[in-house]
Amino acid sequence: MKFTDGIIVVVKKDCPTCLLIAPVLEELEQSGKEVSVYYQDTSDFLSVTNVIDDRELEVSYRLNIEIVPTLLMFSGGKESSRLTGWEREEWRSCLELESLGEDLPDWRPGCGSRSVEPEIIDVLEAKFGNFDFSARKIPLPLLADDIEYCFENGWTDGLPVVPPTQERVLRMLKGTSRAPNEVLGVLPPYSIQCTVSKVAINAVLAGCKPEYFPVVLAAVEAALEPAFCLHGLLATTWFSGPMAIVNGPIRSEINMNWSGNVLGQGSRANSTIGRALQLTVRNVGGGEPQKTDQSTFGSPVKYGFCFAEDESTSWTTLSEERGLDRGVSAVTLFSADGPIGCVDQKSREPEGLIYSLAGTLKGINHIDMANGSDAVVIIGPEHGRVFDNAGWSKERTVDALQSALLIRGENLGMGTDPEVASKEQSSQSEKIAKFREGGLTLVRAGGQAGLFSAIIPGWIMKGAPGTDPVTKEIKL
Amino acid sequence: MTSVLLDPTGELQPIERYPIKKVKSLSGLKLGLLDISKARGDVFLDRLDGLFSEAGATVFRYKKPTFARPAPIGLIQEIVGNVDAVIEGLAD
Repeated sequence: MKFTDGIIVVVKKDCPTCLLIAPVLEELEQSGKEVSVYYQDTSDFLSVTNVIDDRELEVSYRLNIEIVPTLLMFSGGKESSRLTGWEREEWRSCLELESLGEDLPDWRPGCGSRSVEPEIIDVLEAKFGNFDFSARKIPLPLLADDIEYCFENGWTDGLPVVPPTQERVLRMLKGTSRAPNEVLGVLPPYSIQCTVSKVAINAVLAGCKPEYFPVVLAAVEAALEPAFCLHGLLATTWFSGPMAIVNGPIRSEINMNWSGNVLGQGSRANSTIGRALQLTVRNVGGGEPQKTDQSTFGSPVKYGFCFAEDESTSWTTLSEERGLDRGVSAVTLFSADGPIGCVDQKSREPEGLIYSLAGTLKGINHIDMANGSDAVVIIGPEHGRVFDNAGWSKERTVDALQSALLIRGENLGMGTDPEVASKEQSSQSEKIAKFREGGLTLVRAGGQAGLFSAIIPGWIMKGAPGTDPVTKEIKL
Repeated sequence: MTSVLLDPTGELQPIERYPIKKVKSLSGLKLGLLDISKARGDVFLDRLDGLFSEAGATVFRYKKPTFARPAPIGLIQEIVGNVDAVIEGLAD
């Protein structure tokens, strides 16, 4: 958009300062200056000759107007000066006039330009801005319901999604400093390059706010690590889906939940971040239920599973355990089934809780099977206090659990692991670990009332042939 | 209401929607005939009923309460649940 040399003033009637300077614009014209006045709402308060309609706000957007009135001088096709609001001496000096606005106050601030109002700026960027990413634009059929259209196109998990308009996607992309066309990796099952912008579109579908987006990106990056084995996880007949646990300052910055109902509904961040990951897998990668996703039962986890860890305890946090500093925000991805509750309302010593937790953990997969799924144990606050009061660290608690979960080989008849099976055959009395080393992860979360902990078993295919947890730093 | 959406998929499929697979044989086909309540539509549909039945199809008859409005959801669900294909009869 080019502008001819002269004076441009951008105004709106809704601004008292613009009303105030309307006579000044007339004065300018009478003094022989070339003045073009662009109005953002209505022109009925203007009596100069060259009044131009900018209710679409394209000129205001392209001239980057933030305040009205703004006076711009153009010479040689370029902007040479810019004034905002009304300051008599400034205007006189800029316009080289000895007298101007004599009866007006010396100074009045301007008002915000309509073009930078929160809802409008996104629309203008979508309309007039330069897109730096490619995603197919799909015109909505005339009179079609946008939410129903998303269902018809198979973009949802069975729940309604937020229609991914250009405005919403641009807003989502503002949540990250990363380039929209950056390729995060190749998504299974159809080996599709997954860009930041495709994740943004799916984050919109999921209902994320832009400030959640860095967490979603980190979760997608974690899922794309070969160690996580996303292809196998999405395709397996087993129950699991990805579970994201968030650590660090971003938890409170985006209002995540780590206390009451932590694994349930109610927190927008918890609910939508995990869903954004799953919708990305479904829509970009093509992992659709009963097509490439062959899960026998599935689980509610597969709608999306994300929560934050309670970092107010003395225990090492999950992300610290995985090598990051405490002040670093991070997401750790596990494969996960639904939670299994462990109740112990009697034990006041750690040993009693270890007995109870181990008892519940033994039943995972099958009571006669060892070395199957990994598990995450979420220690609730009331159970956690028992360990804290006794001075037990997380490491000591894990070691005690592993010791309590050594099972005599003769009691294991359901093993599918050849190594375990050979131990069963060679020495019936040899003790075999229910969980591999590193296969038990302890985190802290949950509401203040309830002597419970939650156990989250993972995909039965763990380790090198299957999945391992992956941690990614969350970068803004 | 929005006018343009950005494609959230891997863009392997064209945007256009395709018709369902064509019926290859009438033998054994469960076929619905939907009378939309236009005058004399039943005359036309009675004739079709006879012809399709002769050709081996099992014909199910349905009728909309009025041609002026979309079919009630219950009727749509009944048709979808019962038949392989449906013919809507239009007449005047």
